[in-house]
Amino acid sequence: MVVNNGEMPRPRVGVLAMQGDYDAHVRAVEAAGGETFLVRTPDEVARADALILPGGESTTIGKLMARYGLDAAIKQAHAEGTPIYGTCAGMILLAKTIASGEKHGGQSTLGLMDIGVARNAFGRQVDSFEADIDAPRVAGTEPVRGVFIRAPYVAEAGPGVEVLGRYQDRVVLVRQGNVLASAFHPELTGDARVHTYFLKMIGAPADDGNGTT
Amino acid sequence: MAEIGANGAGSNGAATTATANGAGATEKSTWRNKVGLAEMLKGGVIMDVVTPEQAVIAEEAGASAVMALERVPADIRRDGGVARMSDPQMIKEIIAAVTIPVMAKARIGHIVEAQILQALGVDFVDESEVLTPADEQFHINKHAFKVPFVCGCRDLGEGLRRIGEGAAMIRTKGEAGTGNIVEAVRHMRSVMGGIRRIRAMDEAELMTEAKNLQAPYELVLEIHRTGKLPVPNFSAGGVATPADAALMVQLGAEAVFVGSGIFKSGDPAERAKRIVDAVTFAHDPEKLVEISTGLGEPMVGIDIRTLDEKELLAVRGW
Repeated sequence: MVVNNGEMPRPRVGVLAMQGDYDAHVRAVEAAGGETFLVRTPDEVARADALILPGGESTTIGKLMARYGLDAAIKQAHAEGTPIYGTCAGMILLAKTIASGEKHGGQSTLGLMDIGVARNAFGRQVDSFEADIDAPRVAGTEPVRGVFIRAPYVAEAGPGVEVLGRYQDRVVLVRQGNVLASAFHPELTGDARVHTYFLKMIGAPADDGNGTT
Repeated sequence: MAEIGANGAGSNGAATTATANGAGATEKSTWRNKVGLAEMLKGGVIMDVVTPEQAVIAEEAGASAVMALERVPADIRRDGGVARMSDPQMIKEIIAAVTIPVMAKARIGHIVEAQILQALGVDFVDESEVLTPADEQFHINKHAFKVPFVCGCRDLGEGLRRIGEGAAMIRTKGEAGTGNIVEAVRHMRSVMGGIRRIRAMDEAELMTEAKNLQAPYELVLEIHRTGKLPVPNFSAGGVATPADAALMVQLGAEAVFVGSGIFKSGDPAERAKRIVDAVTFAHDPEKLVEISTGLGEPMVGIDIRTLDEKELLAVRGW
Protein backbone atom coordinates (compact mmCIF):
# COMPACT_ATOMS: atom_id res chain seq x y z
CA MET A 1 0.00 0.00 0.00
CA VAL A 2 1.34 3.44 -0.97
CA VAL A 3 2.13 5.83 1.84
CA ASN A 4 1.85 9.58 1.15
CA ASN A 5 3.37 11.87 3.75
CA GLY A 6 2.68 9.24 6.35
CA GLU A 7 -1.01 9.18 5.49
CA MET A 8 -2.63 6.00 4.25
CA PRO A 9 -4.93 6.50 1.28
CA ARG A 10 -8.51 5.80 2.27
CA PRO A 11 -9.43 2.26 1.24
CA ARG A 12 -12.16 1.94 -1.40
CA VAL A 13 -14.70 -0.56 -0.21
CA GLY A 14 -17.13 -2.03 -2.72
CA VAL A 15 -20.55 -2.84 -1.24
CA LEU A 16 -22.44 -5.45 -3.22
CA ALA A 17 -25.75 -3.86 -4.21
CA MET A 18 -27.78 -6.66 -5.74
CA GLN A 19 -30.35 -6.42 -2.95
CA GLY A 20 -30.30 -5.86 0.81
CA ASP A 21 -29.10 -3.30 3.37
CA TYR A 22 -26.19 -1.98 1.33
CA ASP A 23 -26.99 1.64 2.28
CA ALA A 24 -26.47 0.83 5.95
CA HIS A 25 -23.04 -0.70 5.14
CA VAL A 26 -22.09 2.40 3.16
CA ARG A 27 -22.80 4.53 6.24
CA ALA A 28 -20.89 2.13 8.52
CA VAL A 29 -17.79 1.99 6.29
CA GLU A 30 -17.74 5.77 5.98
CA ALA A 31 -18.05 6.11 9.76
CA ALA A 32 -15.03 3.79 10.02
CA GLY A 33 -13.01 6.03 7.67
CA GLY A 34 -13.32 4.15 4.39
CA GLU A 35 -14.60 5.26 0.99
CA THR A 36 -17.39 3.29 -0.60
CA PHE A 37 -18.98 2.54 -3.91
CA LEU A 38 -21.84 0.25 -4.89
CA VAL A 39 -20.96 -2.91 -6.78
CA ARG A 40 -23.26 -4.31 -9.47
CA THR A 41 -20.85 -5.50 -12.18
CA PRO A 42 -17.77 -7.77 -12.33
CA ASP A 43 -15.61 -4.73 -13.24
CA GLU A 44 -16.68 -2.98 -10.07
CA VAL A 45 -15.76 -6.08 -8.04
CA ALA A 46 -12.26 -5.95 -9.53
CA ARG A 47 -11.80 -2.28 -8.57
CA ALA A 48 -12.49 -2.78 -4.83
CA ASP A 49 -9.79 -2.81 -2.13
CA ALA A 50 -12.28 -4.75 -0.02
CA LEU A 51 -15.78 -6.12 -0.52
CA ILE A 52 -18.89 -6.29 1.63
CA LEU A 53 -21.74 -8.73 1.07
CA PRO A 54 -24.66 -7.12 2.91
CA GLY A 55 -27.66 -8.52 4.71
CA GLY A 56 -30.75 -9.24 2.66
CA GLU A 57 -32.17 -12.39 1.18
CA SER A 58 -29.41 -14.88 0.40
CA THR A 59 -31.51 -16.62 -2.26
CA THR A 60 -32.16 -13.32 -4.08
CA ILE A 61 -28.60 -12.03 -3.81
CA GLY A 62 -27.18 -15.43 -4.82
CA LYS A 63 -29.34 -15.63 -7.94
CA LEU A 64 -28.51 -12.09 -9.05
CA MET A 65 -24.78 -12.66 -8.44
CA ALA A 66 -24.86 -15.74 -10.64
CA ARG A 67 -27.04 -14.12 -13.30
CA TYR A 68 -24.62 -11.21 -13.71
CA GLY A 69 -21.30 -13.02 -13.31
CA LEU A 70 -20.42 -11.53 -9.93
CA ASP A 71 -19.90 -14.91 -8.26
CA ALA A 72 -16.88 -15.66 -10.46
CA ALA A 73 -15.56 -12.12 -10.03
CA ILE A 74 -15.81 -12.30 -6.23
CA LYS A 75 -14.05 -15.69 -6.15
CA GLN A 76 -11.30 -14.18 -8.30
CA ALA A 77 -10.98 -11.14 -5.99
CA HIS A 78 -10.78 -13.48 -3.00
CA ALA A 79 -8.05 -15.51 -4.68
CA GLU A 80 -6.12 -12.25 -5.17
CA GLY A 81 -6.37 -11.47 -1.46
CA THR A 82 -9.19 -8.89 -1.39
CA PRO A 83 -10.72 -8.90 2.10
CA ILE A 84 -14.43 -9.74 2.19
CA TYR A 85 -16.96 -9.18 4.97
CA GLY A 86 -20.45 -10.73 4.90
CA THR A 87 -23.31 -10.06 7.32
CA CYS A 88 -26.28 -12.42 7.72
CA ALA A 89 -27.18 -13.26 4.10
CA GLY A 90 -23.58 -12.37 3.28
CA MET A 91 -22.36 -14.96 5.79
CA ILE A 92 -24.60 -17.59 4.17
CA LEU A 93 -23.20 -16.72 0.73
CA LEU A 94 -19.61 -17.04 2.00
CA ALA A 95 -20.21 -20.46 3.56
CA LYS A 96 -19.06 -23.72 2.05
CA THR A 97 -22.27 -25.50 2.99
CA ILE A 98 -25.76 -24.77 4.26
CA ALA A 99 -26.26 -27.15 7.16
CA SER A 100 -29.98 -26.51 7.50
CA GLY A 101 -32.77 -24.25 6.30
CA GLU A 102 -31.71 -24.43 2.68
CA LYS A 103 -34.24 -23.37 0.06
CA HIS A 104 -36.13 -26.32 -1.46
CA GLY A 105 -34.19 -27.35 -4.53
CA GLY A 106 -30.93 -26.07 -3.05
CA GLN A 107 -29.06 -22.80 -3.31
CA SER A 108 -25.52 -22.11 -4.37
CA THR A 109 -22.95 -20.28 -2.26
CA LEU A 110 -19.49 -18.87 -2.94
CA GLY A 111 -17.86 -21.35 -0.55
CA LEU A 112 -15.06 -18.99 0.51
CA MET A 113 -15.19 -19.96 4.20
CA ASP A 114 -14.87 -23.44 5.61
CA ILE A 115 -18.13 -23.17 7.54
CA GLY A 116 -21.57 -24.72 7.45
CA VAL A 117 -24.40 -22.33 8.36
CA ALA A 118 -27.87 -22.97 9.69
CA ARG A 119 -30.29 -20.58 7.93
CA ASN A 120 -33.14 -18.76 9.70
CA ALA A 121 -31.83 -20.69 12.69
CA PHE A 122 -33.29 -18.58 15.49
CA GLY A 123 -36.83 -18.68 14.08
CA ARG A 124 -39.02 -16.34 12.06
CA GLN A 125 -39.19 -12.54 12.26
CA VAL A 126 -41.17 -12.49 15.54
CA ASP A 127 -38.17 -14.28 17.12
CA SER A 128 -35.67 -11.67 15.91
CA PHE A 129 -33.69 -10.12 18.78
CA GLU A 130 -30.79 -8.00 20.00
CA ALA A 131 -28.10 -9.11 22.43
CA ASP A 132 -24.64 -8.08 23.58
CA ILE A 133 -21.87 -10.07 21.91
CA ASP A 134 -18.41 -10.24 23.45
CA ALA A 135 -15.86 -9.97 20.67
CA PRO A 136 -12.65 -8.81 22.39
CA ARG A 137 -10.32 -9.47 19.45
CA VAL A 138 -12.55 -7.39 17.17
CA ALA A 139 -14.04 -4.70 19.37
CA GLY A 140 -12.11 -4.59 22.65
CA THR A 141 -13.60 -5.07 26.09
CA GLU A 142 -16.99 -3.47 25.43
CA PRO A 143 -19.38 -5.95 23.82
CA VAL A 144 -20.97 -5.10 20.48
CA ARG A 145 -24.75 -4.94 20.23
CA GLY A 146 -25.80 -7.76 17.93
CA VAL A 147 -28.97 -7.15 15.91
CA PHE A 148 -30.20 -10.56 14.73
CA ILE A 149 -32.88 -10.61 12.02
CA ARG A 150 -34.06 -14.04 10.81
CA ALA A 151 -30.42 -14.78 11.46
CA PRO A 152 -28.20 -17.75 10.69
CA TYR A 153 -25.40 -19.11 12.85
CA VAL A 154 -22.27 -21.14 12.18
CA ALA A 155 -23.13 -24.77 12.80
CA GLU A 156 -19.82 -26.28 11.61
CA ALA A 157 -16.38 -24.71 11.26
CA GLY A 158 -13.17 -26.11 9.81
CA PRO A 159 -9.80 -25.91 11.59
CA GLY A 160 -8.74 -22.71 9.78
CA VAL A 161 -11.72 -20.76 11.07
CA GLU A 162 -11.20 -18.39 13.99
CA VAL A 163 -14.25 -17.97 16.23
CA LEU A 164 -14.47 -14.29 17.24
CA GLY A 165 -17.89 -14.10 18.87
CA ARG A 166 -20.71 -16.21 20.22
CA TYR A 167 -24.32 -15.69 21.25
CA GLN A 168 -24.82 -18.13 24.12
CA ASP A 169 -23.29 -21.31 22.64
CA ARG A 170 -23.86 -20.32 19.01
CA VAL A 171 -20.97 -19.12 16.85
CA VAL A 172 -21.98 -15.81 15.23
CA LEU A 173 -18.74 -14.02 14.31
CA VAL A 174 -15.90 -15.74 12.43
CA ARG A 175 -12.81 -15.03 10.39
CA GLN A 176 -10.83 -17.19 8.03
CA GLY A 177 -7.81 -15.53 6.45
CA ASN A 178 -9.10 -12.45 4.63
CA VAL A 179 -12.77 -13.30 5.07
CA LEU A 180 -14.91 -12.04 7.95
CA ALA A 181 -18.53 -12.97 8.60
CA SER A 182 -21.17 -12.12 11.19
CA ALA A 183 -24.66 -13.53 11.67
CA PHE A 184 -25.75 -10.15 13.05
CA HIS A 185 -25.83 -6.61 11.66
CA PRO A 186 -23.30 -4.12 13.11
CA GLU A 187 -24.25 -1.82 10.22
CA LEU A 188 -27.65 -1.16 11.84
CA THR A 189 -26.30 0.02 15.19
CA GLY A 190 -24.23 3.13 14.46
CA ASP A 191 -21.26 1.40 16.15
CA ALA A 192 -18.47 1.16 13.57
CA ARG A 193 -16.04 -1.05 15.52
CA VAL A 194 -16.58 -4.22 13.49
CA HIS A 195 -16.21 -2.26 10.24
CA THR A 196 -13.07 -0.59 11.63
CA TYR A 197 -11.63 -4.05 12.33
CA PHE A 198 -12.55 -5.09 8.80
CA LEU A 199 -10.82 -2.08 7.23
CA LYS A 200 -7.65 -3.01 9.13
CA MET A 201 -7.67 -6.33 7.27
CA ILE A 202 -6.93 -4.44 4.04
CA GLY A 203 -3.26 -4.68 3.17
CA ALA A 204 -2.56 -6.79 6.25
CA PRO A 205 -1.35 -10.34 5.80
CA ALA A 206 -4.05 -12.90 6.51
CA ASP A 207 -3.34 -13.58 10.16
CA ASP A 208 -4.21 -17.25 10.20
CA GLY A 209 -6.38 -19.81 8.50
CA ASN A 210 -5.50 -21.09 5.10
CA GLY A 211 -3.17 -18.25 4.22
CA THR A 212 -5.13 -17.19 1.18
CA THR A 213 -2.79 -14.36 0.30
CA MET B 1 -32.92 -12.82 30.40
CA ALA B 2 -31.59 -10.72 33.23
CA GLU B 3 -31.11 -7.01 32.67
CA ILE B 4 -27.45 -7.18 33.64
CA GLY B 5 -25.15 -4.75 31.85
CA ALA B 6 -27.95 -3.55 29.61
CA ASN B 7 -25.78 -1.17 27.58
CA GLY B 8 -22.62 -3.10 27.97
CA ALA B 9 -21.34 0.00 29.73
CA GLY B 10 -20.25 0.02 33.33
CA SER B 11 -20.05 -3.74 33.53
CA ASN B 12 -16.49 -3.96 34.78
CA GLY B 13 -16.53 -7.71 34.42
CA ALA B 14 -16.85 -7.54 30.65
CA ALA B 15 -14.31 -10.32 30.24
CA THR B 16 -15.51 -13.42 28.49
CA THR B 17 -17.72 -15.59 30.63
CA ALA B 18 -17.53 -19.31 30.28
CA THR B 19 -21.22 -20.02 30.72
CA ALA B 20 -23.24 -17.57 28.68
CA ASN B 21 -20.94 -15.79 26.30
CA GLY B 22 -22.41 -12.50 25.16
CA ALA B 23 -25.88 -13.30 26.44
CA GLY B 24 -26.28 -9.87 28.07
CA ALA B 25 -29.73 -8.33 27.87
CA THR B 26 -31.45 -10.21 25.09
CA GLU B 27 -34.39 -8.17 23.83
CA LYS B 28 -36.84 -9.56 21.30
CA SER B 29 -38.67 -7.77 18.49
CA THR B 30 -37.07 -4.38 19.06
CA TRP B 31 -37.80 -1.40 16.85
CA ARG B 32 -34.39 -2.02 15.25
CA ASN B 33 -35.39 -5.63 14.55
CA LYS B 34 -38.58 -4.43 12.86
CA VAL B 35 -37.08 -1.64 10.76
CA GLY B 36 -34.06 -3.88 10.20
CA LEU B 37 -36.13 -6.45 8.31
CA ALA B 38 -37.45 -3.65 6.11
CA GLU B 39 -33.80 -2.62 5.52
CA MET B 40 -33.00 -6.20 4.45
CA LEU B 41 -35.76 -6.05 1.83
CA LYS B 42 -34.35 -2.94 0.16
CA GLY B 43 -33.40 -3.16 -3.48
CA GLY B 44 -35.76 -6.09 -3.85
CA VAL B 45 -39.17 -7.09 -5.14
CA ILE B 46 -42.02 -8.35 -2.98
CA MET B 47 -44.51 -10.38 -4.99
CA ASP B 48 -48.18 -11.15 -4.41
CA VAL B 49 -48.85 -14.90 -4.52
CA VAL B 50 -52.06 -16.86 -4.01
CA THR B 51 -50.72 -20.46 -3.97
CA PRO B 52 -47.56 -22.25 -2.73
CA GLU B 53 -46.71 -22.96 -6.39
CA GLN B 54 -46.72 -19.24 -7.18
CA ALA B 55 -44.61 -18.60 -4.07
CA VAL B 56 -41.98 -21.03 -5.36
CA ILE B 57 -42.01 -19.35 -8.79
CA ALA B 58 -41.51 -15.99 -7.06
CA GLU B 59 -38.64 -17.28 -4.92
CA GLU B 60 -36.98 -18.88 -7.95
CA ALA B 61 -37.26 -15.58 -9.81
CA GLY B 62 -35.43 -13.79 -7.00
CA ALA B 63 -38.27 -12.22 -4.97
CA SER B 64 -36.95 -10.93 -1.64
CA ALA B 65 -40.32 -11.72 0.00
CA VAL B 66 -43.81 -12.83 -0.94
CA MET B 67 -47.20 -11.45 0.04
CA ALA B 68 -49.58 -14.34 0.70
CA LEU B 69 -53.16 -13.54 -0.17
CA GLU B 70 -56.31 -15.24 -1.42
CA ARG B 71 -56.91 -13.06 -4.46
CA VAL B 72 -54.62 -10.57 -6.18
CA PRO B 73 -55.96 -7.00 -6.23
CA ALA B 74 -57.13 -7.28 -9.87
CA ASP B 75 -59.43 -10.13 -8.85
CA ILE B 76 -60.59 -8.37 -5.68
CA ARG B 77 -61.49 -5.43 -7.89
CA ARG B 78 -63.36 -7.70 -10.33
CA ASP B 79 -65.19 -9.75 -7.70
CA GLY B 80 -66.30 -6.90 -5.42
CA GLY B 81 -67.81 -7.69 -2.02
CA VAL B 82 -65.83 -7.65 1.23
CA ALA B 83 -62.15 -8.58 0.96
CA ARG B 84 -60.71 -10.08 4.17
CA MET B 85 -57.56 -11.67 5.58
CA SER B 86 -56.69 -14.93 3.80
CA ASP B 87 -57.39 -18.39 5.22
CA PRO B 88 -54.56 -19.28 7.64
CA GLN B 89 -54.25 -22.69 5.97
CA MET B 90 -53.24 -21.06 2.70
CA ILE B 91 -50.75 -18.78 4.46
CA LYS B 92 -49.26 -21.77 6.34
CA GLU B 93 -48.75 -23.63 3.08
CA ILE B 94 -46.96 -20.66 1.57
CA ILE B 95 -44.76 -20.29 4.68
CA ALA B 96 -43.85 -23.97 4.34
CA ALA B 97 -43.08 -23.67 0.63
CA VAL B 98 -40.39 -20.94 0.72
CA THR B 99 -37.49 -19.75 2.89
CA ILE B 100 -37.85 -16.03 2.06
CA PRO B 101 -39.99 -13.81 4.34
CA VAL B 102 -43.75 -14.16 4.00
CA MET B 103 -46.04 -11.16 4.42
CA ALA B 104 -49.82 -11.15 4.66
CA LYS B 105 -52.57 -8.53 4.67
CA ALA B 106 -54.92 -7.54 7.47
CA ARG B 107 -57.83 -5.14 7.04
CA ILE B 108 -57.27 -1.56 8.20
CA GLY B 109 -58.08 -1.45 11.92
CA HIS B 110 -58.68 -5.20 12.20
CA ILE B 111 -56.63 -5.89 15.32
CA VAL B 112 -57.63 -9.55 15.48
CA GLU B 113 -56.69 -10.37 11.90
CA ALA B 114 -53.28 -8.87 12.71
CA GLN B 115 -53.03 -10.95 15.90
CA ILE B 116 -53.85 -14.10 13.93
CA LEU B 117 -51.19 -13.29 11.34
CA GLN B 118 -48.61 -12.67 14.06
CA ALA B 119 -49.49 -15.96 15.77
CA LEU B 120 -49.15 -17.73 12.42
CA GLY B 121 -45.54 -16.59 12.18
CA VAL B 122 -45.97 -14.18 9.30
CA ASP B 123 -42.83 -11.99 8.96
CA PHE B 124 -44.55 -8.70 8.05
CA VAL B 125 -48.20 -7.59 8.25
CA ASP B 126 -49.56 -5.26 5.59
CA GLU B 127 -52.40 -3.21 7.07
CA SER B 128 -53.82 -2.77 3.62
CA GLU B 129 -56.35 -0.62 1.82
CA VAL B 130 -56.65 -3.42 -0.75
CA LEU B 131 -58.84 -5.26 1.76
CA THR B 132 -62.13 -3.77 2.91
CA PRO B 133 -61.47 -1.58 5.99
CA ALA B 134 -62.74 -2.87 9.34
CA ASP B 135 -62.45 0.52 11.04
CA GLU B 136 -63.17 3.79 9.28
CA GLN B 137 -61.62 5.97 11.99
CA PHE B 138 -58.61 4.23 13.48
CA HIS B 139 -55.67 2.19 12.26
CA ILE B 140 -54.07 -0.59 14.31
CA ASN B 141 -51.71 0.44 17.13
CA LYS B 142 -48.76 -1.30 15.54
CA HIS B 143 -46.38 -0.63 18.44
CA ALA B 144 -48.35 -3.23 20.42
CA PHE B 145 -47.22 -6.06 18.11
CA LYS B 146 -44.00 -8.08 17.85
CA VAL B 147 -44.41 -8.48 14.10
CA PRO B 148 -43.46 -5.45 11.96
CA PHE B 149 -46.10 -3.67 9.85
CA VAL B 150 -46.13 -1.96 6.48
CA CYS B 151 -48.82 0.59 5.58
CA GLY B 152 -49.73 2.43 2.41
CA CYS B 153 -49.83 6.19 1.98
CA ARG B 154 -50.70 8.75 -0.67
CA ASP B 155 -48.68 11.60 0.76
CA LEU B 156 -46.12 12.39 3.43
CA GLY B 157 -48.63 13.28 6.15
CA GLU B 158 -50.42 9.95 5.80
CA GLY B 159 -47.08 8.10 5.82
CA LEU B 160 -45.93 9.89 8.97
CA ARG B 161 -49.22 9.14 10.75
CA ARG B 162 -48.69 5.44 10.01
CA ILE B 163 -45.09 5.60 11.24
CA GLY B 164 -46.38 7.34 14.36
CA GLU B 165 -48.68 4.36 14.93
CA GLY B 166 -45.71 2.00 14.60
CA ALA B 167 -45.36 1.08 10.91
CA ALA B 168 -41.78 -0.11 10.27
CA MET B 169 -42.11 0.41 6.51
CA ILE B 170 -44.13 2.73 4.32
CA ARG B 171 -45.23 2.09 0.75
CA THR B 172 -47.12 4.15 -1.76
CA LYS B 173 -50.67 2.96 -2.24
CA GLY B 174 -50.82 3.50 -5.97
CA GLU B 175 -54.07 2.09 -7.32
CA ALA B 176 -53.76 -1.66 -6.82
CA GLY B 177 -54.98 -4.09 -9.44
CA THR B 178 -55.01 -1.61 -12.32
CA GLY B 179 -51.63 -2.25 -13.93
CA ASN B 180 -51.44 1.54 -14.16
CA ILE B 181 -48.45 3.23 -12.53
CA VAL B 182 -49.86 6.76 -12.52
CA GLU B 183 -51.16 6.76 -8.94
CA ALA B 184 -47.98 5.23 -7.47
CA VAL B 185 -46.01 7.97 -9.25
CA ARG B 186 -48.34 10.63 -7.86
CA HIS B 187 -47.95 9.24 -4.33
CA MET B 188 -44.17 8.83 -4.49
CA ARG B 189 -43.76 12.34 -5.94
CA SER B 190 -45.89 13.67 -3.12
CA VAL B 191 -43.90 11.86 -0.39
CA MET B 192 -40.48 12.75 -1.80
CA GLY B 193 -41.49 16.34 -2.57
CA GLY B 194 -42.81 16.70 0.97
CA ILE B 195 -39.47 15.47 2.35
CA ARG B 196 -37.50 17.92 0.19
CA ARG B 197 -39.75 20.77 1.30
CA ILE B 198 -39.27 19.99 5.00
CA ARG B 199 -35.54 19.66 4.50
CA ALA B 200 -35.38 23.19 3.06
CA MET B 201 -37.60 24.81 5.71
CA ASP B 202 -36.58 27.12 8.48
CA GLU B 203 -36.94 25.38 11.83
CA ALA B 204 -39.57 27.93 12.86
CA GLU B 205 -41.82 26.67 10.05
CA LEU B 206 -41.86 23.03 11.12
CA MET B 207 -44.70 23.10 13.65
CA THR B 208 -47.04 24.67 11.14
CA GLU B 209 -45.88 22.16 8.53
CA ALA B 210 -46.67 19.35 10.98
CA LYS B 211 -50.10 20.87 11.53
CA ASN B 212 -50.73 21.15 7.80
CA LEU B 213 -49.57 17.59 7.16
CA GLN B 214 -51.47 16.31 10.22
CA ALA B 215 -48.26 14.51 11.11
CA PRO B 216 -46.36 14.00 14.40
CA TYR B 217 -44.09 17.01 15.00
CA GLU B 218 -41.13 14.84 16.15
CA LEU B 219 -41.13 13.00 12.83
CA VAL B 220 -41.23 16.27 10.88
CA LEU B 221 -38.25 17.46 12.95
CA GLU B 222 -36.40 14.23 12.23
CA ILE B 223 -36.95 14.59 8.48
CA HIS B 224 -35.73 18.19 8.67
CA ARG B 225 -32.54 16.92 10.33
CA THR B 226 -31.88 13.78 8.26
CA GLY B 227 -33.57 14.51 4.94
CA LYS B 228 -35.19 11.09 4.89
CA LEU B 229 -38.01 9.05 6.36
CA PRO B 230 -37.21 7.21 9.61
CA VAL B 231 -38.28 3.89 7.99
CA PRO B 232 -37.77 2.44 4.50
CA ASN B 233 -39.97 3.83 1.77
CA PHE B 234 -41.21 1.27 -0.77
CA SER B 235 -43.59 1.46 -3.71
CA ALA B 236 -46.74 -0.48 -4.54
CA GLY B 237 -49.84 -0.27 -6.65
CA GLY B 238 -49.84 -0.56 -10.44
CA VAL B 239 -46.37 -1.92 -11.28
CA ALA B 240 -46.74 -4.04 -14.44
CA THR B 241 -43.41 -3.84 -16.29
CA PRO B 242 -39.67 -3.77 -15.49
CA ALA B 243 -39.67 -0.13 -16.59
CA ASP B 244 -42.45 0.68 -14.10
CA ALA B 245 -40.39 -0.87 -11.30
CA ALA B 246 -37.25 1.05 -12.34
CA LEU B 247 -39.28 4.26 -12.57
CA MET B 248 -40.41 3.90 -8.96
CA VAL B 249 -36.81 3.30 -7.83
CA GLN B 250 -35.61 6.40 -9.68
CA LEU B 251 -38.36 8.43 -8.02
CA GLY B 252 -37.21 7.32 -4.56
CA ALA B 253 -38.65 3.86 -3.84
CA GLU B 254 -36.18 1.65 -1.96
CA ALA B 255 -37.94 -1.54 -3.07
CA VAL B 256 -41.03 -2.48 -5.05
CA PHE B 257 -44.16 -4.51 -4.39
CA VAL B 258 -45.76 -6.17 -7.40
CA GLY B 259 -49.32 -7.36 -6.95
CA SER B 260 -51.35 -8.43 -9.94
CA GLY B 261 -48.65 -7.45 -12.44
CA ILE B 262 -46.80 -10.76 -12.38
CA PHE B 263 -49.34 -13.54 -12.19
CA LYS B 264 -51.85 -11.72 -14.42
CA SER B 265 -49.28 -11.50 -17.22
CA GLY B 266 -48.46 -13.86 -20.09
CA ASP B 267 -45.26 -15.38 -18.65
CA PRO B 268 -45.18 -14.85 -14.86
CA ALA B 269 -41.84 -16.61 -14.15
CA GLU B 270 -39.96 -14.59 -16.75
CA ARG B 271 -41.68 -11.30 -15.89
CA ALA B 272 -40.94 -11.83 -12.19
CA LYS B 273 -37.26 -12.38 -12.94
CA ARG B 274 -37.05 -9.32 -15.20
CA ILE B 275 -38.70 -7.06 -12.62
CA VAL B 276 -36.18 -8.25 -10.00
CA ASP B 277 -33.35 -7.39 -12.41
CA ALA B 278 -34.92 -4.02 -13.21
CA VAL B 279 -34.92 -2.96 -9.56
CA THR B 280 -31.22 -3.86 -9.17
CA PHE B 281 -30.27 -2.08 -12.42
CA ALA B 282 -32.86 0.71 -12.23
CA HIS B 283 -30.28 3.39 -13.10
CA ASP B 284 -28.73 1.52 -16.05
CA PRO B 285 -30.78 2.16 -19.24
CA GLU B 286 -28.63 -0.18 -21.34
CA LYS B 287 -29.30 -3.10 -19.01
CA LEU B 288 -32.98 -2.08 -18.94
CA VAL B 289 -33.16 -2.49 -22.73
CA GLU B 290 -32.04 -6.09 -22.34
CA ILE B 291 -34.34 -6.64 -19.36
CA SER B 292 -37.41 -5.23 -21.13
CA THR B 293 -36.95 -7.00 -24.47
CA GLY B 294 -39.26 -9.77 -25.66
CA LEU B 295 -41.24 -10.12 -22.48
CA GLY B 296 -44.69 -10.87 -23.95
CA GLU B 297 -48.04 -9.66 -22.73
CA PRO B 298 -48.25 -7.52 -19.58
CA MET B 299 -51.45 -7.55 -17.56
CA VAL B 300 -54.30 -5.60 -19.10
CA GLY B 301 -54.33 -2.11 -17.59
CA ILE B 302 -57.15 0.13 -16.46
CA ASP B 303 -57.31 3.88 -17.05
CA ILE B 304 -57.88 5.31 -13.55
CA ARG B 305 -60.18 8.01 -14.99
CA THR B 306 -62.69 5.32 -15.99
CA LEU B 307 -63.00 4.16 -12.37
CA ASP B 308 -65.86 5.30 -10.22
CA GLU B 309 -65.00 7.02 -6.91
CA LYS B 310 -66.39 3.93 -5.12
CA GLU B 311 -63.94 1.69 -6.98
CA LEU B 312 -60.81 3.50 -5.80
CA LEU B 313 -58.84 1.61 -3.14
CA ALA B 314 -56.26 4.31 -2.37
CA VAL B 315 -58.80 6.58 -0.67
CA ARG B 316 -59.15 4.03 2.15
CA GLY B 317 -57.08 5.00 5.20
CA TRP B 318 -57.22 7.99 7.52
